[in-house]
Amino acid sequence: MSLSGLLESIGEYALLMKQVLTPPDRAREFFKEFLKELYKLGVTSIWLVVLISFFIGAVIVVQLALNLNYPFLPSYTVGVVSREIILLEFSSTIMCLILSGKVGSNIASEIGTMRITEQIDALEVMGVNSANYLILPKIMAFIVFIPVLVVFSIFVGLMGGYLMCALTGNPPVATYIYGLRAFFREFFIWYSIAKSMIFGFIISSVSAYFGYTVQGGALDVGKASTDSVVINSVLILMADLVFTQLVMG
Amino acid sequence: MIEVRNLFKEFEGNLVLNDISATFHKGIVNMIIGKSGSGKTVFLKCMVGLIRPTSGEILYEGRNLLTMKTKEVKRLRREMGMLFQGSALFDSKTVLENVMFPLDMFSRMNKKERQKRAEFCLEKVNMLHAAHLYPSEISGGMMKRTAIARAIALNPKYLFCDEPNSGLDPQTSQLIDELLLNIAKEFGITLVIVTHDMNSVMNIGEHIVFLNEGVKEWEGPKEQLKDSDNEAVKKFIFASDVFKKINEAEKIGVEGKKEGTNDCSSKK
Repeated sequence: MSLSGLLESIGEYALLMKQVLTPPDRAREFFKEFLKELYKLGVTSIWLVVLISFFIGAVIVVQLALNLNYPFLPSYTVGVVSREIILLEFSSTIMCLILSGKVGSNIASEIGTMRITEQIDALEVMGVNSANYLILPKIMAFIVFIPVLVVFSIFVGLMGGYLMCALTGNPPVATYIYGLRAFFREFFIWYSIAKSMIFGFIISSVSAYFGYTVQGGALDVGKASTDSVVINSVLILMADLVFTQLVMG
Repeated sequence: MIEVRNLFKEFEGNLVLNDISATFHKGIVNMIIGKSGSGKTVFLKCMVGLIRPTSGEILYEGRNLLTMKTKEVKRLRREMGMLFQGSALFDSKTVLENVMFPLDMFSRMNKKERQKRAEFCLEKVNMLHAAHLYPSEISGGMMKRTAIARAIALNPKYLFCDEPNSGLDPQTSQLIDELLLNIAKEFGITLVIVTHDMNSVMNIGEHIVFLNEGVKEWEGPKEQLKDSDNEAVKKFIFASDVFKKINEAEKIGVEGKKEGTNDCSSKK
């Protein structure tokens, strides 16, 4: 993509967000759509979050137990480090990268299909602010639900580690739990949740932009869906770096 | 009445609509005809404000759509209904919810009244029996009928239809035509239909605008269409079976008359 093309896309995205971030035409309709999206984008993602978090949590404990086996490191280090990995990066950043695949492609393809089948035009002809009606409930629902997913991910990830300790005894369960409690800072949970909400906005709004601006046919919807996942991933990693430096640096 | 004056539309240097002026009369069936790629759909989308023309005027009872403020455009759009080529029903909503949607968004009726109005519209298009089905569960003709019901839900003054018969069999096409005509007459709606189907034109058309390669070549009442001396019009209408048959029938009639007069003269 050329520099002028990039700037044009950024401008288009900003104008779209200006249209999206306005009060809804009908609060009742917005709330109805919001609840639908809460289920579609949030609740249906729980199983994915649980599955991935459980196994990654378990693998983190196995790896740490095998690779931090030094006499000068206390055995509860495994618990401390796995907690920090899961809390600070995995459950927010990595989980959002994974969710950008599921939720991002879902949003881009749904809105893109509505565009090419003239459903968005139908909304416009009726006098509905189509961007606001279609995109705002998705953004709001995902931002509201993503902290729930992060908390689920943290809990299940740590439980995965617990199960590995119970099965292998390396480290013993009591040591692992001691490590989870040692040097704990509550702030890290809020940091993780705040970060995920920013990522939630990026995922939902950028995917919606790609879907809303589709031109052409089914192939273009597929391309928009793929592009949205790629751009989301890059933006999430960049935002992670900036946010971490600002808040923790 | 809708008046279009000196409308131009250019896409990246390609002139799609070239200085089009036309009038669409109140309460009758206006048709925009022409071959594929002649700019009919772009013209219609300009008229409803989905595409912004490069220059020109689109006047709804004297109010120019292109210079209106956003709020005025929104208000005007509530006076419009549109039937899209692919029906454009919302996949995630049932037939009844699709028809209720404009009422949910803009009417001040309570839920019971909104449902009653939606059911009335569905009854008009004979779709009440399928109210609980989703668009993916109904046929193309049923989708069109549902889209008509949705378009008339808010009692529009203007109804725009983009190729309402595309992809339908001749019988269903005729049904849709009759439905549109009945609705337009019953509710006094100004109907603007884009089509290249000459059966439709002959069945329900009243005022015709003919486009050819982005230029308006002819405008007038349907009855005068076949007498037009415009080459593009002649080429287009006589390519259709309907006109071929009419033409042949007229020739036979004329020859028969001639023979009849000859016989008479010889007898004399």
